[in-house]
Amino acid sequence: MELTRTVAKRVVQLVIVLLFVTMFTFLLIRLLPGDPTTTIIPFGTNAQRAALRHDLGLNKPLPEQYWNYLTGLLQGDLGKQYNSGRPVIDLVSQSLPVSLQLMIYAQFIALFFAIPLGIFTAYRAGTRSDKAINTTGFALLALPNFVLALFLSYFVGAQLKWLPTGGYAPGWMDQLFDSSRSPDLWEHARYMLLPAFTLAVGQIAVYMRLLRSDMIATLQENFITMAKAKGVSNQRILWRHALRPSSLTLLTVAGLNVGTLIGGAVVIEVIYGIPGMGLKIYQAVFSKEYVELQSYVVIIAVLFVLVNFFVDFLYSVLDPRIRRARAS
Amino acid sequence: MPEPPDGEISTTEEFLADERHGFGGVAGDAGLLQVGAIEAGPESAHRRGPGLGIGAWMAIGWMGFIILIAVLAKIGILTWGDANESFASCARKGPFANEGGASGFLLGCDSNGRDMIPRLALGAWTSLLVATGAVTLGFVIGGTLGLIAGFSGGKVDTVLTGMFNVLLSVPVIIMALALVAFLQGASGEGGALSPEMILIIAIGVVAIPLIGRITRASALTWAQREFVLASRAQGAKSRRIMIREVLPNVLPAMFSIALLAIGIAIVAEGALAILGVGVRPPTPSWGNMIALDRGNLFKSPHIVFEASLLIFFTVLSLNFLGDVVRARFDVREGGL
Repeated sequence: MELTRTVAKRVVQLVIVLLFVTMFTFLLIRLLPGDPTTTIIPFGTNAQRAALRHDLGLNKPLPEQYWNYLTGLLQGDLGKQYNSGRPVIDLVSQSLPVSLQLMIYAQFIALFFAIPLGIFTAYRAGTRSDKAINTTGFALLALPNFVLALFLSYFVGAQLKWLPTGGYAPGWMDQLFDSSRSPDLWEHARYMLLPAFTLAVGQIAVYMRLLRSDMIATLQENFITMAKAKGVSNQRILWRHALRPSSLTLLTVAGLNVGTLIGGAVVIEVIYGIPGMGLKIYQAVFSKEYVELQSYVVIIAVLFVLVNFFVDFLYSVLDPRIRRARAS
Repeated sequence: MPEPPDGEISTTEEFLADERHGFGGVAGDAGLLQVGAIEAGPESAHRRGPGLGIGAWMAIGWMGFIILIAVLAKIGILTWGDANESFASCARKGPFANEGGASGFLLGCDSNGRDMIPRLALGAWTSLLVATGAVTLGFVIGGTLGLIAGFSGGKVDTVLTGMFNVLLSVPVIIMALALVAFLQGASGEGGALSPEMILIIAIGVVAIPLIGRITRASALTWAQREFVLASRAQGAKSRRIMIREVLPNVLPAMFSIALLAIGIAIVAEGALAILGVGVRPPTPSWGNMIALDRGNLFKSPHIVFEASLLIFFTVLSLNFLGDVVRARFDVREGGL
């Protein structure tokens, strides 16, 4: 009962946010001063301009335009590239899986390093090794990911020649969206390792700190003292007893990052030449494809909002205290 | 004995959930993770003792040095040469470059044969200008709205927080990129707005909801304190309480956030430059120096690395100072 109410409330919030987000992207193009068609196709003929005006429905009143835009979006109509005439939905089905895979690998690498480090620093809190790891983490936070990307592609890519510094080979997910792209997993892994690691590094520091502070709190609980008294080994206490209750914040933040990384990896995708959503956005900005750009922004925003919604929902299901606080 | 977790994580569940939810917006690309991490409560190793510690002094020294060369380069009192003068013999040469170093140019030259030293100095000016401008814009609008939201509560709070959340529902870097792209489209080729101004507006607008949320959280805790109640009991008007009682207490925390935010804005300028919407050449900024010579990374790495290192050390110093300020003024931690 309580849960149903929470869910209902969250769904209403979700719909409102989605309406505002679509309105924002809708207005981006309409608020271009003067005739938007001169900005979108500066060298277009009058006939092309008229066609664009018709496509966007610019001669209709704004609320009607918004309604048409919204219903179009719901039917998967994302407009088209004005230079090539290609529908944007095709470009999305090629680039979205690339970004999704990159995001999954980055999260995996980040958690792989952050969880042991978080447990270790919490267990050894206040010692010299804890301080050393924390200081390193603090320095890593100041390292912009594009700087790291450039350093890695110079040293690991160009100097050591271990991994390619740019390009892409299809992985396991591309085929689901576009059947013509057969996977080449070895090459895929080689191309994805550097960018995924670059994205992971900044998050390792964040995740580690989150886990550490929650873990320190958990280690002071009575059930840990109890387990110690029963003679349970330190290893087992840390990994089996303390990790799970301490991981809620970490998992929430990691979940929220999933949404951020779908579009947030733009710079990394550009530097490593990975044809994901980020690179597509960059190209759209570069070739002044405003309609295409608008569609990408709306897709990323919608995915972001949906992911956040589910994470938040999961969070309140997992932790009854939050469920109650939210409901009241 | 393990020490207790940082006081930055609040007590009531609702506030806790709300704050953690906020990471979705705060965490992100282009170094924006930093605010998320700092807010999550790092352990400040440098919290004890009355002195500032060597790290803080090094950070202050670095920032002083960067600001000094930026200002001097801008007003041109001390010239290290012209930032846009080209020396053909020096092009792409520098430390670690394939073509070797260039005599007379300590840090080498970029791909157009322009001396790196004056470019880095003038680039510091541009980067700092854009970053501080954006953060100022974010604070004037976001800070004010956050203060009002946190202090007033009720419907005002609901509406403003909702607005922040909507603005945060687009990943920040995408939002900034879209804003710059459309502002550039809107201002046309001639440009009613200078490229620097467009960047300031775009980064500043993106910063508004982030700063707004943090200010709100801070104002909310102060607004519930006894001295606010006492002031109200004495008949002070809401506006007076907000400005005279709550604001002074919120400011130290805001100052710490501002330092972090400037660091983030410097990174954002770099990221936007790499995405092709930065400050327009020939004006140098750290970001567009990296963006322009990214293609020469393997042959002349010094160009990209020099600008990258300056960004790294500057952001590191700002983060460190932000942390020091936060630790010094953390009343919840010390005074209570």
